[in-house]
Amino acid sequence: MSDTARSAILSRIRASLKVAADDPDRATLAAQRIAGHPQNLVPARASAAGTDLVALFRSYLEGQQATVSAVASHSDVPAAIGNLLNATGATGVVRRGSDPLLGDMPWAEAKDLVVREGAAEPDDVAGVSYALAGVAETGTLVVGAGKDNPVTLAFLPGIHIIIVARDTIVGTYEEALARVRKIYGASGMPRTLNYISGPSRTADIGGKIVIGAHGPRTLGVIIVG
Amino acid sequence: MHIETPHFNDNARDALKDAQLQKALAGLPGGLVAQRAAARDKLPEFEALRDVGRDLRNETLELLDVYLETYERNATAAGAKVHWAQTAEEARRIIVELCKAEGARLVTKGKSMISEEIGLNDALQDAGMEVLETDLGEYILQIRGETPSHIIAPAIHLTQDQVEADFRRSHTDLPADRALVEPGDLVGEARRVLRQKFLSADVGITGANFLIAETGSSVIVTNEGNGDLTQSLARVHIVITSIDKVLATREDLATLLRLLARSATGQECTTYATLSTGPRRAGDVDGPGAYHVVLLDNGRAELLGTQFREVLRCIRCGACMNHCPVYGAVGGHTYGWVYPGPIGAVLTPALIGIGQGAKLPNASTFCGRCESVCPMRIPLPKLMRHWREAEFEAGQPPFHQRAALAAWAWLAKRPRTYHVAMRFAAATLGALGRRRGRFRWLPLTGGWTRHRDLAAPQGRTFQQLWAEHQRGVPR
Repeated sequence: MSDTARSAILSRIRASLKVAADDPDRATLAAQRIAGHPQNLVPARASAAGTDLVALFRSYLEGQQATVSAVASHSDVPAAIGNLLNATGATGVVRRGSDPLLGDMPWAEAKDLVVREGAAEPDDVAGVSYALAGVAETGTLVVGAGKDNPVTLAFLPGIHIIIVARDTIVGTYEEALARVRKIYGASGMPRTLNYISGPSRTADIGGKIVIGAHGPRTLGVIIVG
Repeated sequence: MHIETPHFNDNARDALKDAQLQKALAGLPGGLVAQRAAARDKLPEFEALRDVGRDLRNETLELLDVYLETYERNATAAGAKVHWAQTAEEARRIIVELCKAEGARLVTKGKSMISEEIGLNDALQDAGMEVLETDLGEYILQIRGETPSHIIAPAIHLTQDQVEADFRRSHTDLPADRALVEPGDLVGEARRVLRQKFLSADVGITGANFLIAETGSSVIVTNEGNGDLTQSLARVHIVITSIDKVLATREDLATLLRLLARSATGQECTTYATLSTGPRRAGDVDGPGAYHVVLLDNGRAELLGTQFREVLRCIRCGACMNHCPVYGAVGGHTYGWVYPGPIGAVLTPALIGIGQGAKLPNASTFCGRCESVCPMRIPLPKLMRHWREAEFEAGQPPFHQRAALAAWAWLAKRPRTYHVAMRFAAATLGALGRRRGRFRWLPLTGGWTRHRDLAAPQGRTFQQLWAEHQRGVPR
């Protein structure tokens, strides 16, 4: 059935466009656009020379109710996570993925912190992910989710903590995509590529914004470096 | 979904008298409308981006078949199963079969207008499955047995008090004396109730805001995180979307994301945008074991070859309805089918036929506000006018309307006679109405004077005044 539907839909499209099937010129046009993936108009806000990208990144994220802090190195991260949890008064298991960048951190040094690896469990207090880039233009973290950074860590626990290296904070989505291509290949992708710009929210009740809908109530962002 | 569109006029009359609805709709100008304006003002390139967005959508539609095949190839290579459905019925059958094959008992759903278009929930329930909407607005509507009244804010027609009453009626296992004062109390309660469902769902169904040909990815753009929980925690993820959603590259997505949230809610960006590519991979510790994408046509391929092609650029932001004076007065349910507001007035006749959909393109003042805010610059008033022509050609309008239009056309084609007639009418009405300056009633104007007075002309036509102005006669 699906094959019939497929060819019927495609031939209906071609009839509407008044084009022939397998027109090599049209195939080439599409292939060229994909291979070249030209960037369209990019706002100047985060691409102009001299912009303080980290400050812009922080200010948008904070405007979107994220909690942002900065530490000098990877070895400071567990303590920063401890501080973040203390501030929210939450206790319980902190779950992280197997990302080698997270594996290097001195988790044992953070007293009171129970850190486990794996996918999120319903009772976990927080999930920790390592972003592949930060985008200053809207205060957005880009997380490539998969075995290193399980996707459920970003949505199931009440607190999501994202670590981002200072030198991976870029101006625009297009610059972040360049990093995605470098890591995963020209047209490769992690299983999910997550753009995250704050804690979850809804305005479905009377149009008033409430932070903490189904996803995390708190988004902690730790800038490293 | 049941079609109520032919009853638009009666529905509108009821909606205008509905005090709760009017209270809910009163929030639109200070809410979504003001928020969009603020977001636009914060991004100097916003208007230029609209041109870019329009052009890239046009270019993609021009190569739609090629991009769909490319999308399918890349999605399949990543482990997705792509299904094609010509009609709503085919799409329902594919999804019900997939769920049955999985032995699904509980199906969770992220928000999807396409699933409304194909009437998916009823089909799954008829097949014996429990279906749960997880977007907060959609969840509220499911409790109430209602359909969305807005494409991005489905429960915008409800007040907080109504939601509180619904939760008290529906969540009977919770203490009756619990406090539900703040919106946050209600959100928290829904969160707790739905959490268990996310965790025990067999199949998670979401829509897709976009598909990306370059990578074979589907994209959801959300704020609540329910779509991500829906698609990450169930054993199987099914995406139901339509063929017009495909984009060429991730760069094109970046451009449209800059327009979508700002146009929709006035956010710089939504909290989440998720690009999903295939099912769980080797070594993954979470994610769905299978990932299906159902591509629905339902008349869109044919629309591509008509004067309505431009409507296929739509990215479903809802700005047209937020800014529409008709929508703002009568709300979304009045439109009687899935898509309300100006976009609904163009899309609905295309999807259900002008025979049933004709009321909608007529429910417009042609003020043009929809087109002025549409991020894809879809000429909605022009397309509504095309539908009015199509309706006229199909011989649908009643005799007295056709006769009046024919008389007017006869006159308009004879300028000299026209001007004489207009001068006579303006002078007569001007003289008759001089004392009060308005009429409470006139023959043949009942549709107007039933609700308001008709202003009396001042005695001379515009043409006369203009001629005098040209001669230098002082006013």
